[in-house]
Amino acid sequence: MLQEESDLSLIIAQIVQKLKGSNLYSQLERQAWASLQRPEIKLESLKEDIKEFFKISGWEKKLQNAVYSELSVFPLPSHPAAPPEHLKEPLVYMRKAQGSWEKRILKSLNSMCTELSIPLARKRPVGEQKELLNKWNEMGTDEPDLSLFRPVYAPKDFLEVLINLRNPNYENGDSLSFRTHLGLIQVPLKVKDIPELKECFVELGLNIGQLGIDDSTQVPPELFENEHVRIGQKVLAEQDSAAAQQYIRQGSPTALRAELWALILNISSQPEDVLYYEQLKTNVIQHDLLVDSLIYKDVKLTASNDDYYFVFEDYLYQVLLCFSRDTSVLSHFAFNSASPPKSYIRGKLGLEEYAVFYPPNGVIPFHGFSMYVAPLCFLYHEPSKLYQIFREMYVRFFFRLHSISSHPSGIVSLCLLFETLLQTYLPQLFYHLREIGAQPLRISFKWMVRAFSGYLATDQLLLLWDRILGYNSLEILAVLAAAVFAFRAVNLMEVTSLAAAENLAAHSEQFCTAPLFPELYRVQIPCTAELRQKEECSLLDSKSHSTEQRS
Amino acid sequence: MSRVLVPCHVKGSVALQVGDVRTSQGRPGVLVIDVTFPSVAPFELQEITFKNYYTAFLSIRVRQYTSAHTPAKWVTCLRDYCLMPDPHSEEGAQEYVSLFKHQMLCDMARISELRLILRQPSPLWLSFTVEELQIYQQGPKSPSVTFPKWLSHPVPCEQPALLREMWALTEMIRASHTSARIGRFDVDGCYDLNLLSYT
Repeated sequence: MLQEESDLSLIIAQIVQKLKGSNLYSQLERQAWASLQRPEIKLESLKEDIKEFFKISGWEKKLQNAVYSELSVFPLPSHPAAPPEHLKEPLVYMRKAQGSWEKRILKSLNSMCTELSIPLARKRPVGEQKELLNKWNEMGTDEPDLSLFRPVYAPKDFLEVLINLRNPNYENGDSLSFRTHLGLIQVPLKVKDIPELKECFVELGLNIGQLGIDDSTQVPPELFENEHVRIGQKVLAEQDSAAAQQYIRQGSPTALRAELWALILNISSQPEDVLYYEQLKTNVIQHDLLVDSLIYKDVKLTASNDDYYFVFEDYLYQVLLCFSRDTSVLSHFAFNSASPPKSYIRGKLGLEEYAVFYPPNGVIPFHGFSMYVAPLCFLYHEPSKLYQIFREMYVRFFFRLHSISSHPSGIVSLCLLFETLLQTYLPQLFYHLREIGAQPLRISFKWMVRAFSGYLATDQLLLLWDRILGYNSLEILAVLAAAVFAFRAVNLMEVTSLAAAENLAAHSEQFCTAPLFPELYRVQIPCTAELRQKEECSLLDSKSHSTEQRS
Repeated sequence: MSRVLVPCHVKGSVALQVGDVRTSQGRPGVLVIDVTFPSVAPFELQEITFKNYYTAFLSIRVRQYTSAHTPAKWVTCLRDYCLMPDPHSEEGAQEYVSLFKHQMLCDMARISELRLILRQPSPLWLSFTVEELQIYQQGPKSPSVTFPKWLSHPVPCEQPALLREMWALTEMIRASHTSARIGRFDVDGCYDLNLLSYT
């Protein structure tokens, strides 16, 4: 009991420390001073009266939301003897693997730098600065020569690293035994099984209404949709982050989604935030980074070619270029197994006073990175708000998808969860695909790394990201990937090559996300799965038909 | 709460296994680590900290003097404390752990020797142990510190001393300055870089 109390005290101290530096703290102070004018504040009971005033005026709620946000993002304080690396990643061999992977990325970037004779960073001449400022809102019209640039790495390169991840203390024998992993991931992380997932994702059960299924045109809106929208409006009126997070587990109505996400992520556009964004914009104008060319290339290769997102090309540059200059992102490296790359000012190699991070936010974009931002453009049109939402989504979730860690929402755990689910509940399919050289993870990895962005229709993707926010976990990505395979199981049993399997699985734009969750829950008895799938097929066909009609 | 590190000598771990260690196929699932305190008189143990390395369960036995004249006896003070909830997976495998005297089954006064019994039932791991073992005894009471004025607020007497100290810690951290972020990534306006550094 005493241990829990001291842990609680430490968490409180940590949160207080963090909030003291925030805008909210100075606002609360100002409000407290201003409230002294009010007649109901009496000197004898000053503390209680001010607390009461905060409660009535809604400031207490804002503070609650800020505390809730801190609790969601920051891990619990670790043991006092644990070094800072332990908080980033407790397993030593994973830290080492992440370190080697990073070194490869740095080497790749350095060699690109020397080959192309382009500096990592340079100050723009004044003329160029003016030009960029003028075309800030239409950077997409620029067609710079990016042919010599190549992405630093693609998801499939990262997959190869994960496949080769080994625990040196683990029995990695050659002979097949009960301990052999049949999938690609060979590390024994703890992943949830279906009973545990059912417990965790209880709101996705068959007996609970979901947006995405129960708001389709065949279902009368009085049954679920109307009430759900009404509750959503109430949650927004109360401005309660925790309630919003609970609410969104059943999906968010399209009209309320932007506000709900902002409430859950605790983003409120204050003038200071807009100013901060403008400052980042100035940094982009003043300095040109090599990373900018990588971003340009990535946007041109991915988002610009996508039917849903090509219209947002300009927004993507405005967000991603500023993101690279944002030093506040560096704080998330305290609990990210990755570390920001370091460099020195020219001529001052080795002198710590001249050591800087590159890029300023420490994140080197890879092929497909811009797809993390693209879906958000449907929700937010004001660049500084769009920027804030993306940054918060990145430091809460997306960074886990491209760094090696043992965290339950980390990509390694997601891959293992996917493979374990498939092996346990669709063993025939898993075996068949393995035999034809089409390991299922090779197909689904890119879906999970991008959080399905670009692989699902946007309305379905946003319903999926609703659940990521609602459960504060990325495990839903692995469950969805397994469910897609379960849905396509009958057809996949007939393919004979990896390419054919990829092809079949890739036609997922017509998928409706929400019905697929219960799909996997039902596939527990393999022999009846086929029968049920035929049922689901016909049901889903009619649903996707109606979705197309609506959009 | 102050604590004082007790210098100890940690003997090498001994595997408990039926049959010949060299010829039998299986790995030992039980290891015993003896800890002695050659230069210290029997003391009251306050805390044990260590870093786990794939040990699933821990039992601790102590050699204790019950009174001045009777010989010391071995007593089990911790039985099958779970360090890894699932011995086959990585959860808890490399965590830092602290064990306090209030978690023990007996009182921890007059300890002269310690025996850690480590168990790892899963055959998947090549080896297991505990590292960075440190034993602490109760330190002297902390000298009088000038507490800030707010502490003269009447504190409810039911709160035990420990809670009050922790509350004091919270308040002191709160009183300290926070580091404001400036947001500049360049050095004096200059961001001309060499190549990326590998160290």
